[in-house]
Amino acid sequence: MLDKTGIAKRIAKEVKDGYYVNLGIGIPTLVANFVREDIEVEFQSENGVLGMGPFPFEGEEDADIINAGKQTITTLDGASFFDSALSFSMIRGKHVDLTILGAMEVSQNGDIANWKIPGKMVKGMGGAMDLVASAENIIVAMMHTNKAGESKLLKKCSLPLTGVNCVKKIVTNLALLEITENGFKLLERAKGVSIDEIKAATEGNLIVEGDIPEMNI
Amino acid sequence: MNKKVNNVVEALNGVQDGMTLMLGGFGLCGIPENAISQLVKLQVSDLTCISNNAGIDDFGLGLLLKGKQIKKMIASYVGENNEFEKQMLSGELQVDLIPQGTLAELCRAAQSGFPAIYTPAGYGTEVAKGKETREFEGKMYVLEHAFKADFGFIKAWKGDTSGNLIFKGTARNFNPNMCGAAKITVVEVEELVQVGELDPNQIHIPGIFVQRIFQGTDYEKRIEQRTTIPKN
Repeated sequence: MLDKTGIAKRIAKEVKDGYYVNLGIGIPTLVANFVREDIEVEFQSENGVLGMGPFPFEGEEDADIINAGKQTITTLDGASFFDSALSFSMIRGKHVDLTILGAMEVSQNGDIANWKIPGKMVKGMGGAMDLVASAENIIVAMMHTNKAGESKLLKKCSLPLTGVNCVKKIVTNLALLEITENGFKLLERAKGVSIDEIKAATEGNLIVEGDIPEMNI
Repeated sequence: MNKKVNNVVEALNGVQDGMTLMLGGFGLCGIPENAISQLVKLQVSDLTCISNNAGIDDFGLGLLLKGKQIKKMIASYVGENNEFEKQMLSGELQVDLIPQGTLAELCRAAQSGFPAIYTPAGYGTEVAKGKETREFEGKMYVLEHAFKADFGFIKAWKGDTSGNLIFKGTARNFNPNMCGAAKITVVEVEELVQVGELDPNQIHIPGIFVQRIFQGTDYEKRIEQRTTIPKN
């Protein structure tokens, strides 16, 4: 079974040379730490920066340079700043190659719910609805089950949707899965996790074809 | 063309109860701190505020919420604010949550003379409820109408007395998109210079989009999430 860092490490392998990547808050943010050093990748933050670098050294933080999680950051050589409309032009116009974000639920047809729990605090969708409506390549990073042990990979989402038919791949603590016409296709198992364990934790239709290899991270 | 006013009091002349205001900023980054302080002093109420976020309990738009000056908030993300939550759950505060890219584009549409735009964001979700949808080349889009606002409050880094503006870092965010999107655009800057001192090649927003500009004071520039790595 993977921890959050393990999920981030597996997703990092999906990041290819020349990609512009938008990382959501939480596990996705960790992905930046594990991208191969021999490839060129730029990270976009939707509040208006491309070419995001690591956190600043103590005492060097600048209130005018933050990421979408409102954390102080630095920029790398070749970085640029821009306004919010242009930022979402990059996203809506499909110039960003890969979007990695967290989710509360994903359905077997690729619907995603990650912004609202009715009756509890509603914080808002931020840029998530724009991202999922336009990105061609969306990978979800999340735990396979919620805190109550219930599956987050469902036939149909129960929470208000963020977007429809949009998720392409999911990496959880148990497995790497792909969304296909017939449901969640199991591609890889986390180390030491059996197919039966993944079946038991998946409420939606799980497709298992042939040998399912263990993840190599 | 001179757009300079002497201070925040003159800059906010004409702001009244019940108006719709646009305010730049993302989180607490690039918010018009001086204009917000003056709105608190003026005690104007029943305001509709269009801004990506709603500040925190004791800073930014949180200060207007505390004084119950806001009737309706149009934003994309409103976490980090207990007073907001309290007023929303009690029904005192109306809230219209819209996707961040749509929010930016509806400012830009108002700035650019477009009555509405089609966006894919929110299609198939509760955000699209009751809205016109249309298919273009096999994909579904939602019709969203441009904002209408009385005042836009903008924070820029540098500006000249003609209203030409330069922004800094990610404090740029919604600020350029809101310039010229309201009936009156009011800009506060960290450094106000004479015309001719800014290189025309470096201007982000030309003064034509600005009605009033003033030298801001006492910027706090609070940081919401101070994330650093230790020096060693």
